[in-house]
Amino acid sequence: MSMKLSIRQVDGVTIVDCSGRITLGEGSVTLRDTVRDLLAKGNKKIILNLGEVNYIDSSGIGELVSAFTTTKNQGGELKLLNLTKKVHDLLQITKLYTVFDVKDDEAAAVKGFK
Amino acid sequence: MEQQVSYTLDSTLETVDSAEEKASRIATELGFKDDEIMQISMAVREGAVNAVLHGNNYAPDKKVILAFQRTPEDLVITIRDQGRGIDLNGIPNPLAPENLLKTSGRGIFLMRSFMDVVEIRPSQTGTEVKLIKHVHGKPVGHQEGSQ
Repeated sequence: MSMKLSIRQVDGVTIVDCSGRITLGEGSVTLRDTVRDLLAKGNKKIILNLGEVNYIDSSGIGELVSAFTTTKNQGGELKLLNLTKKVHDLLQITKLYTVFDVKDDEAAAVKGFK
Repeated sequence: MEQQVSYTLDSTLETVDSAEEKASRIATELGFKDDEIMQISMAVREGAVNAVLHGNNYAPDKKVILAFQRTPEDLVITIRDQGRGIDLNGIPNPLAPENLLKTSGRGIFLMRSFMDVVEIRPSQTGTEVKLIKHVHGKPVGHQEGSQ
Protein backbone atom coordinates (compact mmCIF):
# COMPACT_ATOMS: atom_id res chain seq x y z
CA MET A 1 0.00 0.00 0.00
CA SER A 2 1.47 3.34 -1.00
CA MET A 3 1.30 6.38 1.20
CA LYS A 4 -1.81 8.53 1.42
CA LEU A 5 -2.11 11.92 3.07
CA SER A 6 -5.05 14.07 4.01
CA ILE A 7 -4.84 17.51 5.53
CA ARG A 8 -7.17 19.21 8.01
CA GLN A 9 -7.05 22.30 10.18
CA VAL A 10 -7.80 22.31 13.90
CA ASP A 11 -7.55 25.58 15.85
CA GLY A 12 -4.86 27.00 13.59
CA VAL A 13 -2.87 23.78 13.56
CA THR A 14 -2.41 21.75 10.39
CA ILE A 15 -2.85 18.04 10.92
CA VAL A 16 -1.55 15.72 8.22
CA ASP A 17 -3.14 12.30 8.52
CA CYS A 18 -0.70 9.81 6.99
CA SER A 19 -1.44 6.21 6.09
CA GLY A 20 0.44 3.41 4.39
CA ARG A 21 4.19 3.26 3.95
CA ILE A 22 6.78 6.02 4.19
CA THR A 23 9.59 4.51 2.17
CA LEU A 24 12.15 5.41 -0.45
CA GLY A 25 10.42 6.75 -3.54
CA GLU A 26 6.87 7.88 -3.72
CA GLY A 27 6.06 7.85 -0.01
CA SER A 28 9.04 9.94 0.99
CA VAL A 29 8.56 12.41 -1.86
CA THR A 30 4.87 12.84 -1.07
CA LEU A 31 5.59 13.68 2.55
CA ARG A 32 8.42 16.05 1.64
CA ASP A 33 6.36 17.94 -0.92
CA THR A 34 3.39 18.22 1.42
CA VAL A 35 5.39 19.67 4.31
CA ARG A 36 7.22 22.12 2.05
CA ASP A 37 3.92 23.20 0.50
CA LEU A 38 2.37 23.76 3.92
CA LEU A 39 5.32 25.85 5.06
CA ALA A 40 5.29 27.87 1.84
CA LYS A 41 1.66 28.72 2.49
CA GLY A 42 2.45 29.90 6.00
CA ASN A 43 1.23 26.84 7.90
CA LYS A 44 3.94 26.52 10.50
CA LYS A 45 2.18 24.54 13.20
CA ILE A 46 2.15 21.02 11.87
CA ILE A 47 1.20 17.64 13.30
CA LEU A 48 2.03 14.48 11.39
CA ASN A 49 -0.51 11.88 12.46
CA LEU A 50 1.26 8.58 11.85
CA GLY A 51 -1.45 6.39 13.37
CA GLU A 52 -2.08 4.56 10.10
CA VAL A 53 1.55 4.29 9.01
CA ASN A 54 2.35 0.60 9.08
CA TYR A 55 5.85 0.68 7.64
CA ILE A 56 8.75 3.09 7.43
CA ASP A 57 12.31 2.56 6.21
CA SER A 58 15.50 4.54 6.70
CA SER A 59 14.51 6.90 3.89
CA GLY A 60 11.18 7.50 5.61
CA ILE A 61 12.97 8.20 8.87
CA GLY A 62 15.14 10.65 6.96
CA GLU A 63 12.04 12.39 5.63
CA LEU A 64 10.62 12.75 9.15
CA VAL A 65 13.92 14.31 10.23
CA SER A 66 13.88 16.57 7.18
CA ALA A 67 10.30 17.66 7.87
CA PHE A 68 11.17 18.39 11.50
CA THR A 69 14.30 20.43 10.76
CA THR A 70 12.82 22.25 7.74
CA THR A 71 9.83 23.32 9.82
CA LYS A 72 12.03 24.39 12.72
CA ASN A 73 14.37 26.34 10.45
CA GLN A 74 11.41 28.30 9.14
CA GLY A 75 10.30 29.26 12.63
CA GLY A 76 7.63 26.59 12.83
CA GLU A 77 6.98 23.57 14.97
CA LEU A 78 6.27 19.97 13.97
CA LYS A 79 4.97 17.21 16.20
CA LEU A 80 4.41 13.52 15.62
CA LEU A 81 1.13 11.95 16.72
CA ASN A 82 -0.06 8.38 17.32
CA LEU A 83 3.04 6.37 16.52
CA THR A 84 2.45 2.72 15.72
CA LYS A 85 4.63 0.25 17.61
CA LYS A 86 6.85 -0.29 14.57
CA VAL A 87 7.50 3.41 14.08
CA HIS A 88 7.89 3.96 17.83
CA ASP A 89 10.49 1.17 18.05
CA LEU A 90 12.39 2.51 15.04
CA LEU A 91 12.57 5.99 16.53
CA GLN A 92 13.77 4.46 19.80
CA ILE A 93 16.63 2.50 18.30
CA THR A 94 17.72 5.43 16.15
CA LYS A 95 17.61 7.68 19.24
CA LEU A 96 15.20 10.01 17.48
CA TYR A 97 12.30 9.47 19.87
CA THR A 98 13.57 12.17 22.21
CA VAL A 99 14.45 14.50 19.33
CA PHE A 100 10.92 14.62 17.98
CA ASP A 101 8.01 16.02 19.94
CA VAL A 102 5.88 12.87 20.10
CA LYS A 103 2.27 12.95 21.29
CA ASP A 104 -0.46 10.37 21.61
CA ASP A 105 -3.40 12.69 22.22
CA GLU A 106 -4.51 14.96 19.38
CA ALA A 107 -6.25 17.58 21.50
CA ALA A 108 -3.25 17.89 23.81
CA ALA A 109 -0.92 18.06 20.82
CA VAL A 110 -2.95 20.90 19.29
CA LYS A 111 -3.03 22.80 22.59
CA GLY A 112 0.68 22.28 23.06
CA PHE A 113 1.73 24.66 20.29
CA LYS A 114 3.27 27.94 21.41
CA MET B 1 12.04 -22.60 -0.58
CA GLU B 2 14.94 -24.65 -1.94
CA GLN B 3 18.14 -24.80 0.07
CA GLN B 4 19.36 -21.84 -1.91
CA VAL B 5 17.70 -19.43 -4.29
CA SER B 6 19.14 -16.38 -6.00
CA TYR B 7 17.79 -13.55 -8.10
CA THR B 8 19.49 -11.16 -10.50
CA LEU B 9 17.69 -7.84 -10.32
CA ASP B 10 17.86 -4.50 -12.11
CA SER B 11 19.10 -1.38 -10.35
CA THR B 12 15.67 0.13 -9.85
CA LEU B 13 13.34 1.15 -7.06
CA GLU B 14 11.13 -1.79 -8.02
CA THR B 15 14.02 -4.06 -7.06
CA VAL B 16 13.99 -2.61 -3.56
CA ASP B 17 10.31 -3.43 -3.10
CA SER B 18 10.77 -6.82 -4.76
CA ALA B 19 13.71 -7.74 -2.51
CA GLU B 20 11.70 -6.82 0.57
CA GLU B 21 8.73 -8.89 -0.60
CA LYS B 22 10.93 -11.91 -1.36
CA ALA B 23 12.57 -11.68 2.06
CA SER B 24 9.22 -11.41 3.79
CA ARG B 25 7.80 -14.38 1.87
CA ILE B 26 10.82 -16.61 2.47
CA ALA B 27 11.10 -15.70 6.16
CA THR B 28 7.40 -16.51 6.51
CA GLU B 29 7.82 -19.84 4.73
CA LEU B 30 10.70 -20.70 7.02
CA GLY B 31 8.61 -20.16 10.12
CA PHE B 32 10.14 -17.02 11.57
CA LYS B 33 7.98 -15.03 13.97
CA ASP B 34 6.16 -11.89 12.84
CA ASP B 35 8.62 -9.47 14.41
CA GLU B 36 11.56 -11.42 12.96
CA ILE B 37 9.94 -11.38 9.51
CA MET B 38 9.65 -7.61 9.75
CA GLN B 39 13.29 -7.33 10.83
CA ILE B 40 14.55 -9.59 8.06
CA SER B 41 12.50 -7.91 5.33
CA MET B 42 13.53 -4.47 6.52
CA ALA B 43 17.22 -5.39 6.67
CA VAL B 44 16.99 -6.77 3.13
CA ARG B 45 15.20 -3.62 1.99
CA GLU B 46 17.97 -1.46 3.43
CA GLY B 47 20.60 -3.65 1.82
CA ALA B 48 18.82 -3.44 -1.52
CA VAL B 49 18.54 0.34 -1.23
CA ASN B 50 22.28 0.58 -0.67
CA ALA B 51 22.99 -1.74 -3.60
CA VAL B 52 20.68 0.05 -6.04
CA LEU B 53 21.44 3.64 -5.01
CA HIS B 54 24.90 3.77 -3.52
CA GLY B 55 26.43 0.73 -5.18
CA ASN B 56 25.05 0.64 -8.70
CA ASN B 57 23.80 4.23 -8.74
CA TYR B 58 20.73 3.12 -10.74
CA ALA B 59 22.99 2.10 -13.67
CA PRO B 60 20.92 0.05 -16.13
CA ASP B 61 23.87 -2.20 -16.99
CA LYS B 62 24.58 -3.09 -13.36
CA LYS B 63 22.69 -5.75 -11.48
CA VAL B 64 21.88 -6.61 -7.90
CA ILE B 65 22.29 -10.27 -6.96
CA LEU B 66 20.10 -11.31 -4.07
CA ALA B 67 20.53 -14.79 -2.62
CA PHE B 68 18.82 -16.66 0.21
CA GLN B 69 20.40 -19.75 1.73
CA ARG B 70 18.88 -21.90 4.37
CA THR B 71 21.05 -23.84 6.79
CA PRO B 72 19.90 -25.80 9.85
CA GLU B 73 20.85 -22.88 12.08
CA ASP B 74 20.48 -19.79 9.96
CA LEU B 75 18.86 -17.90 7.17
CA VAL B 76 21.76 -16.43 5.22
CA ILE B 77 21.00 -13.59 2.81
CA THR B 78 23.54 -12.13 0.44
CA ILE B 79 23.11 -8.88 -1.47
CA ARG B 80 25.77 -8.03 -4.02
CA ASP B 81 26.06 -4.97 -6.21
CA GLN B 82 28.41 -4.12 -9.08
CA GLY B 83 29.52 -0.71 -7.93
CA ARG B 84 32.92 0.56 -6.87
CA GLY B 85 32.70 -0.68 -3.30
CA ILE B 86 31.83 1.41 -0.29
CA ASP B 87 34.36 2.93 2.10
CA LEU B 88 33.51 1.37 5.44
CA ASN B 89 35.62 3.94 7.26
CA GLY B 90 33.53 6.71 5.77
CA ILE B 91 30.27 5.59 7.36
CA PRO B 92 29.37 7.89 10.24
CA ASN B 93 27.72 6.66 13.42
CA PRO B 94 24.07 7.70 13.05
CA LEU B 95 23.65 7.72 16.84
CA ALA B 96 26.36 10.32 17.42
CA PRO B 97 24.78 13.60 18.56
CA GLU B 98 26.18 15.48 15.58
CA ASN B 99 24.57 12.96 13.19
CA LEU B 100 21.17 12.50 14.80
CA LEU B 101 19.47 15.05 12.56
CA LYS B 102 21.04 13.86 9.34
CA THR B 103 18.50 12.72 6.79
CA SER B 104 20.44 9.65 5.66
CA GLY B 105 23.05 7.16 6.85
CA ARG B 106 20.91 4.81 8.94
CA GLY B 107 20.62 1.84 6.57
CA ILE B 108 23.62 -0.19 7.75
CA PHE B 109 22.82 0.66 11.35
CA LEU B 110 19.30 -0.74 10.92
CA MET B 111 20.66 -3.88 9.28
CA ARG B 112 22.98 -4.42 12.22
CA SER B 113 20.12 -3.76 14.64
CA PHE B 114 17.80 -6.30 13.04
CA MET B 115 20.10 -9.16 12.06
CA ASP B 116 22.33 -11.39 14.16
CA VAL B 117 25.33 -11.07 11.87
CA VAL B 118 26.08 -8.44 9.23
CA GLU B 119 29.22 -8.77 7.13
CA ILE B 120 30.11 -6.13 4.56
CA ARG B 121 32.81 -6.88 2.02
CA PRO B 122 33.60 -4.01 -0.32
CA SER B 123 35.77 -4.51 -3.37
CA GLN B 124 36.51 -2.59 -6.54
CA THR B 125 33.95 -4.66 -8.39
CA GLY B 126 31.15 -4.24 -5.91
CA THR B 127 30.02 -4.64 -2.34
CA GLU B 128 28.71 -7.85 -0.84
CA VAL B 129 26.51 -7.68 2.23
CA LYS B 130 25.80 -10.89 4.12
CA LEU B 131 22.88 -10.86 6.53
CA ILE B 132 22.39 -13.75 8.92
CA LYS B 133 19.41 -14.44 11.14
CA HIS B 134 19.68 -17.31 13.58
CA VAL B 135 16.77 -19.62 13.92
CA HIS B 136 15.31 -19.54 17.38
CA GLY B 137 13.00 -22.30 18.53
CA LYS B 138 11.85 -24.70 15.88
CA PRO B 139 14.15 -25.60 13.01
CA VAL B 140 14.10 -23.51 9.87
CA GLY B 141 11.67 -24.89 7.35
CA HIS B 142 9.61 -26.79 9.90
CA GLN B 143 5.98 -25.78 9.80
CA GLU B 144 3.12 -27.46 11.56
CA GLY B 145 0.94 -29.16 9.00
CA SER B 146 3.13 -28.14 6.11
CA GLN B 147 2.71 -30.14 2.96
